[in-house]
Amino acid sequence: MEILSLLGSGMLLAVQPLNLLLILLGVTVGLFIGAMPGLGSVNGVAILLPITFLVPPTGAIIFLAAIYYGAMYGGAISSITLGIPGASTAVATTFDGRPLARQGRASLALVTAALASFVGGSVANVIFTLFAPVLASVALSFGPPEIFALMLLAFATFVGLGGDDIAKTIFSICFGLVLGAVGFDQISGAPRLVLFDITGFLQGIGFLVLAIGVYGIGEMLWTIEESRGEVESSNPKMTVRGMASDAAEATRKGWRGMTIGSLLGFFVGILPAAGATPAALMSYGVAKMTSRNPEEFGQGKVDGITAPESANNSASTGSMLPMLTLGIPGSPTTAILLGGMVMWGLTPGPRLFLDEPEFVWGLIGSFYISNIAALLINLAFIPVFIWMLRMPFSILAPMIFVLSIVGGYAAMNDMFDIWLILIFGIGAFVLRRFDYPLAPAVLAIVLGPIAEPTLRQSLLLSSGDLSIFLTRPIAGTITVVALILIFLPALKLLRRGGSKRGDKAA
Amino acid sequence: MLITKRAFLTLSCAAIAATNPGLALAQEWQPRRPIDFVIMAGPGGGADQIARFIQSVAEKMDLSRRPLVPNNKGGGSGAEALLHVSAASDPDHTILVTLNSFFTTPLRQDNLGIDIQTFTPIAMMGVDPFVLWVHAKSGITTVDQFVEKARAMNGEFVMGGTGTGQEDSIVIAFLSGAYDLKIKYIPYDGGGAVARDLAGQQVMATVNNPAEAKGFYEAGDFVPLLAFSDERLMAFPDVPTIRELGHDFSYYNQRAVVGAPGMSEEAAEYYRSVFTKIYESEDWQGYLASESLSPLWMNADEQRAYWAKEVESHRALLAALDS
Repeated sequence: MEILSLLGSGMLLAVQPLNLLLILLGVTVGLFIGAMPGLGSVNGVAILLPITFLVPPTGAIIFLAAIYYGAMYGGAISSITLGIPGASTAVATTFDGRPLARQGRASLALVTAALASFVGGSVANVIFTLFAPVLASVALSFGPPEIFALMLLAFATFVGLGGDDIAKTIFSICFGLVLGAVGFDQISGAPRLVLFDITGFLQGIGFLVLAIGVYGIGEMLWTIEESRGEVESSNPKMTVRGMASDAAEATRKGWRGMTIGSLLGFFVGILPAAGATPAALMSYGVAKMTSRNPEEFGQGKVDGITAPESANNSASTGSMLPMLTLGIPGSPTTAILLGGMVMWGLTPGPRLFLDEPEFVWGLIGSFYISNIAALLINLAFIPVFIWMLRMPFSILAPMIFVLSIVGGYAAMNDMFDIWLILIFGIGAFVLRRFDYPLAPAVLAIVLGPIAEPTLRQSLLLSSGDLSIFLTRPIAGTITVVALILIFLPALKLLRRGGSKRGDKAA
Repeated sequence: MLITKRAFLTLSCAAIAATNPGLALAQEWQPRRPIDFVIMAGPGGGADQIARFIQSVAEKMDLSRRPLVPNNKGGGSGAEALLHVSAASDPDHTILVTLNSFFTTPLRQDNLGIDIQTFTPIAMMGVDPFVLWVHAKSGITTVDQFVEKARAMNGEFVMGGTGTGQEDSIVIAFLSGAYDLKIKYIPYDGGGAVARDLAGQQVMATVNNPAEAKGFYEAGDFVPLLAFSDERLMAFPDVPTIRELGHDFSYYNQRAVVGAPGMSEEAAEYYRSVFTKIYESEDWQGYLASESLSPLWMNADEQRAYWAKEVESHRALLAALDS
């Protein structure tokens, strides 16, 4: 009951005219920043941090959190309409969002994304409100072995997929892992895989660079080649009633993804070093793996949109938890929020909930309000985004190309990234012609750099003994599940191979 | 081996006075675009917190017409940041918040081709001491108990720190040498992650900077045992220094701002005036006090001399680490 009254007073604080205005402004700004390829919540929060001095700290963090929220909604928009991930957190949304849009169901895809974001945010808010202090200690119980086990599980969900060719999936994962290993080794500090001594490789290959290359350029080339320039642009009509029926369809077909994304996303979000991008990818993997029709994923399945979209919103709320309760950011964006709190004179950490209840509960209250505001504003803008899709592909294709290049440059201000994007785009197009799944490579370049150091830290802890992943209770449980998922399809493959040989003999 | 900050403390007043005449001149050059404010460490660690605090003071006092945009490049013990800054296409708009990996990383990786003397000195904002921390649940409250426990575990005592060859590993190497301990060292990508894993008792002890451990200390989770500073820290008056225990050693992390190689003198003067104002601000002086940093102001020439001296002392420390 005490929590409810605290939350109530927090919400009242959040709907005060100034704070409400800041929420609406923040969500709208965030929505557009998120929709711009290359720019994500990190950029938005960093750019707008300075103007928060004009308002009191509670208003300031509410504004920044609203941008964070809005950007999570916005990232889906360009993923769906253009096939370019609007932000790294929305990469998984392109897997099914883009195909669905190309089937002329862009409005369904956009409404689904908005609704899933709302559900993910709401579930996360409730969990946050009720269990914040308890979950902080859960996050701390995840040391290197536990995090590595979790990464193993994430890979397992992608290997153990029914529909794809397993050998090609493994190739794709390995390719992504190699790309993720380029640059400096965290443990020894030595440079690795600096091809042809090009200094650009020393900085590593950014995940967004691969994603924009594969999904922006690669997808554009694919569409051109497939249609020989004759892409029929979809001509969906947007009405309030249409949206309502889309929402009903999204709920009916996507509730599984929403459930998985909301819960898993929150959990991954509170873990250190993870954040919304791995959360979205993992939720997609789990949703596909547990689906009765996994082969439909990647073809425009509603669950394939709801899982990552609910996960990235849920995770962004989740990553606020270690920031507020421990003073440790769970994602790059929360790192900037943390800096903001320090400069407003607050000390994030175990005592914040006790010392600054008004600030903390005002912020939590604002999550609820922001979430509703983001849903409504997003829905209101959907017709505008749909209108973009009515343009003929001959106009859309150069737009996608330009946005990919500009977005790729904006992320790091480095021309080297542009060359990589072009190379990855062409490479992705070729690989796709030979039916290689590319999502596992994208997953690997995100998770590889988390998995590798935690593997090595764990092995340092155990003096090289692999049993550390089995003897610790949490790590052990996760590892066993992951191993089963990895070897299950391998067994199936063997059995199928055996029966084929049997056929020949007969 | 020891860092003589006192020598520079006396110079600090003179240095502030010396940079002041430059203020009028600095008005002539103004940044034309957002400033790439590169941080040599990942988000959440001591270097990151300080960079963001500096940025916030700059914004609050409205010192810069264009924003400082923080850019974390912590890869390869800061090598990523050094390469990024030295290859900056626009050196007048690229500055770097450094820590001691500014000295150690080019020493350890001479194939990077980084010569730190080509960088442009801007401001020395302070030096950050190191403190030995254990978790309250370990029951350890004194250095003697720590040493006893670490010896009893015979190579199984686990300490976390930043990357191999970085500040934490230097301090821990000295500690294990001085007390003849066998310590299992786990490298992390930043001080924030190290503090988190001590809070979760994944590691048994750390040498975090006070700023990184403060929240957990105040909540009663962390216990400070030993300070690697010249004098006792005001925030922890009961914690002995390693010097008091008979070891001629102290170690600080520099919190300095440097400009990209090739930065024009006008731009350098502009940034010096901005960071002088930040340094003198109530906010920064309050931060130094609350986070237990020591002031160590220097002018540009003194900074270059300091760099040269630090490179030599780190060469010796790293040689000891490798042997």
